[in-house]
Formats: sequence, C-alpha cells, structure tokens
Amino acid sequence: MDKTQELSGSHAGGPLDHSPIDASSVNDILMAGDKSKGGRPYFLESAETERIMNVAMAVATEVAVLRERLDTLERLLESKGLIDRAAIEAYEPDEASAQERQLWHARYAARILRIFQQELDAIARPENNTPMHRIADEINEM
Amino acid sequence: MSSYQLPPVWTKLRRHEVFPTFSHDERARYNFLSNLNRFVSTVMAPGNRIAFENRVRPSFQEKHGRDFQDRHELQDYMSKDPVYQAWGALRRSTMEMRQQNGRAAVLRQAAELAGKVCEQLSKGPQNLELKEGFTVPPYLRHVDNHLMPGSYHTEYFQGDVANAANYDSGLFVTSGGMLGSLTDGGGQAIAKWVKETYPDFHPKRILDIGCGLGHNALPIAQAFPAAQVTAIDAGAPMLRYGAARAKALGVHNVTFIQADAASMPEFEDAGFDWVQTTMFLHETGGKAIHRIMQEIRRVLTPGGITLHIEQPQYTPEMSLYEQFMRDWDAYYNAEPYWGHMHDLQPQDLMEEAGVPREEFMQIGVKAVNDLDPKKEDGKVAEDYGRSPIWNVFGGWKR
Repeated sequence: MDKTQELSGSHAGGPLDHSPIDASSVNDILMAGDKSKGGRPYFLESAETERIMNVAMAVATEVAVLRERLDTLERLLESKGLIDRAAIEAYEPDEASAQERQLWHARYAARILRIFQQELDAIARPENNTPMHRIADEINEM
Repeated sequence: MSSYQLPPVWTKLRRHEVFPTFSHDERARYNFLSNLNRFVSTVMAPGNRIAFENRVRPSFQEKHGRDFQDRHELQDYMSKDPVYQAWGALRRSTMEMRQQNGRAAVLRQAAELAGKVCEQLSKGPQNLELKEGFTVPPYLRHVDNHLMPGSYHTEYFQGDVANAANYDSGLFVTSGGMLGSLTDGGGQAIAKWVKETYPDFHPKRILDIGCGLGHNALPIAQAFPAAQVTAIDAGAPMLRYGAARAKALGVHNVTFIQADAASMPEFEDAGFDWVQTTMFLHETGGKAIHRIMQEIRRVLTPGGITLHIEQPQYTPEMSLYEQFMRDWDAYYNAEPYWGHMHDLQPQDLMEEAGVPREEFMQIGVKAVNDLDPKKEDGKVAEDYGRSPIWNVFGGWKR
C-alpha cells in the first residue's frame, strides 16, 4: 500500500540535486524555497527592482513576526504580574534615556541609508573615485 | 475598533490529529501573510479597474479608434501600467512567500508527519488504496499548480505527506479564511444545496473526482451518512494524508483511491448515483477533460447527478476586464489550463458526460463559512479567482 511513487525530491544536497532522499535527509531550508515549474514572470519594468521588492517583503514579514513575538512576551509577563502593559504605553523616558534612544535611532537610520550617503560622497569628491583597476595599476608603480 | 475587515487569525483553523504543528513564529508569519493578501486583494486589486478605465482604455481607444478585441490584447496594455505591475508583483510575491513559509514548517517535521499519518491509518478499517506503479497524468506533472513546488503528487520519501500538510495548513492563508475552519466551505455548500433542492435524492454511491486531501468530500459524506463516498486523486501524498485526516475527524464513509479520472477501469458502469468535482476541472488538460467527461458518463447511473464547482466560465456577457483579471491565476499562479477551460461551454461538457441539454443546470453557490462573523451575508471585495463564490454546473443523466 505504501509504495513510494515518483520519488522526485530535489535536494538533499542543494537546489540542483535531484537525487531521491529519505525521511532523515530532508533539506528543509533549501527545499522550502524550491522554485515551482514554469518561467517566473516579472511585473515591474526592472527585474532588479522586483528582486529587491521580494527581499523587502520577506524582511517585512519577519518584522511582523518579531512584533507578534514581542506582543506575546508582553502579554505573558503581564499575566504573571511582572509588567503592566498600560505602563509600557504610557512610558516616557527621562532626559538621559531619551537621548540614548535618539542616538540608537540615528545610528540605525545611518546604517540603513549608508548607500545614499556614499553616493553623495562620490559626487562631492570625484577625486576619491578612481576606478580600482586604475588604482591597481598605479599602486603597482608605487 | 477599526472598520477595516480583518481576515481570521490562522489559529481559527481547526487542527486535527494529523495536522502539522506550527511554532509561534510560523503562525505569526501566516497571520501577516493573510493580512498582506487582504490588503493586496481589497486595496490594490481594485486599483486595476481605476487604471484601466481612467488611462489604459482611453489611451488605447485614442490610439486605435476602437476598444479592446479580447482579453489578451487588454493584457498586453495593462501589463505596462504601473498600478497593475505593482499589484502583480506583490500578489506573486505573497503567493511565493506563502509556499515557502508553509513548506518550511512542514518539511522540518516531514518524518514526524509521515509517522503520525501512518499511525492514524492503522486505526480502524482500511480507507486508502494506493497503486503500485501508478502513472500520474501528464497534465499534473507538467506544472506545479498554485506555485506549489512538487504539486499534489510528489513524495519526497516513502510515506511522505509534506505537500498535503502544506496544502491543508496553507489554503486558509491564500483564501483569507473564507472557506471556514476546515477549509471545506465548497463541499459544505454543495451538500447543503443538494439536500435542500432535492430532498428526495438519497444517493448511495458518491464519487468525488480530484478530491485532493478530501476537504470537500468529507462534508458531502457527513451530509449523506448512508452513502459510501469514493474519493479519487492522482496524488499519493494527498490521498494518504486525506485518509488519515478523515479518520482523525471521525468520517468513516469515505474511501480514498488512487486513480486517473480519464481512465477508471476500477469502477463499474453506472456504479455511482452522484459524481462530483470541486475546483478540479481547471487543473486538468485540454484532451484529458473530454476523456474525463466520457468516464463520468460511463460510471454515472441513469437518473444520477453530476455537479462541478468551478470559477465562472468566460462568456460573451463577461467583460473583457473581468476575463483579464481572472486570467491572472492561469498564468501567474500556475493554473495554466484555467483560461482555456473557462472558454469551454459547460453545456457541451455536460452533454459529453451524459447530461442532455434540457437537464443542464447552472447555479451560483457561496462557501459555507463558520468563521464569517456575519455568516453568509459577509461582503468581501471581489478578488477574481479567489473569492469563495462559485459557478456550479451539471445536471441529471438520462
């Protein structure tokens, strides 16, 4: 009754490996992202942009997952009398704490937007933008 | 409270004994994806019509001095519109994420799931028949329906049910929970309609073709407890999981059999009083569908009924815009026979299945949804091809 039919697992050894597998060698991490049959359509004018959108949506999903986990944590702690969620909502940091948090936000924003900062730097200081193959030639003479 | 209509949380899904276990974060992922789907379908999808009416159609008419001739021409022009592009890109992305996240959850427990199913199947009388050397129909092997890698039939190892468990736990997300807590709103709706419309019809032998994991066969079996339901499918993982699921849910008058609907020598002539398909025909093929109709004609007893739940057919009355929107799933959600199938006339198909034109019937049926707070009156924006409102066609064989 339980004969295996059309064993067509991909991937004990990666996405291009189509050898059959057994129950103990399921590569769940890579198999989860298996591509379905047929060419993938791209809807945006630029496939590069669509790739980035797909990465951004996956990251957005994980932000939502973190938010739900944090909410679980808060509710569990509150149910055990360890925290008061209303107090979290009403919390206003003192001057020093507020400054620390602003600093964190500033660093975070700068990390995320690094590439824009560096592109501006490139325009502002063209002398610092010699192509690396030329620098390699130059440095060979040094 | 916001007036925004929320999709039900994933934990409303009824979890039976062979259901996969989901971690906190896996559940959260599905909750987010349900909401993403809801936004894409209720906020962004209607934007297509605005873009179509306000700029795509007027600029086409101005340029060509006429309106669009067919949905394919409309598709060519809409695909250049940024509103359509953004909607399409997000809809595809959401579907791919739904598959990846579902697979990640079931594949990490694939061995345990196979064990749970095996144990469940060992309880009580046998309700599963798989066939050694069974050939999966070519139309199934050719595409991964719904962007579901491996489709219904792929087994990753002996006794595997991963793809079925993914389907069972994830359809709730794709459908926004509109099919109810057991994702069986289609089967429930047809069972209710048959009972109410034909109170004197007491079928003894029911055949459900393309049953998958039995989502829609079970409510029919429950509505007609005196009947013996035979549920067939080509996919071994679906049948195996479905048979175990039926036992777990206490439904004992269904037998799951591996069979090809285009050739069913295992069933005698006139052996069934009712032959049912639910969202199956558009996942077959252009030649197979006619062989399937011939087989339905053969196994259906004279005086018996055959009914088919489908999305609406494309008729001359249906606007080209609606046809174009409905075609999205055909090409971009990997259901490529969808478009061609919906160009067929159901009267013709039913005639092939032994239903004379005067016996042909066509009705609209809405999913029975136990999770809808407003019950069956709830109004959800049209999400072409995904809405739980179907076209049912069929009739009595003479």
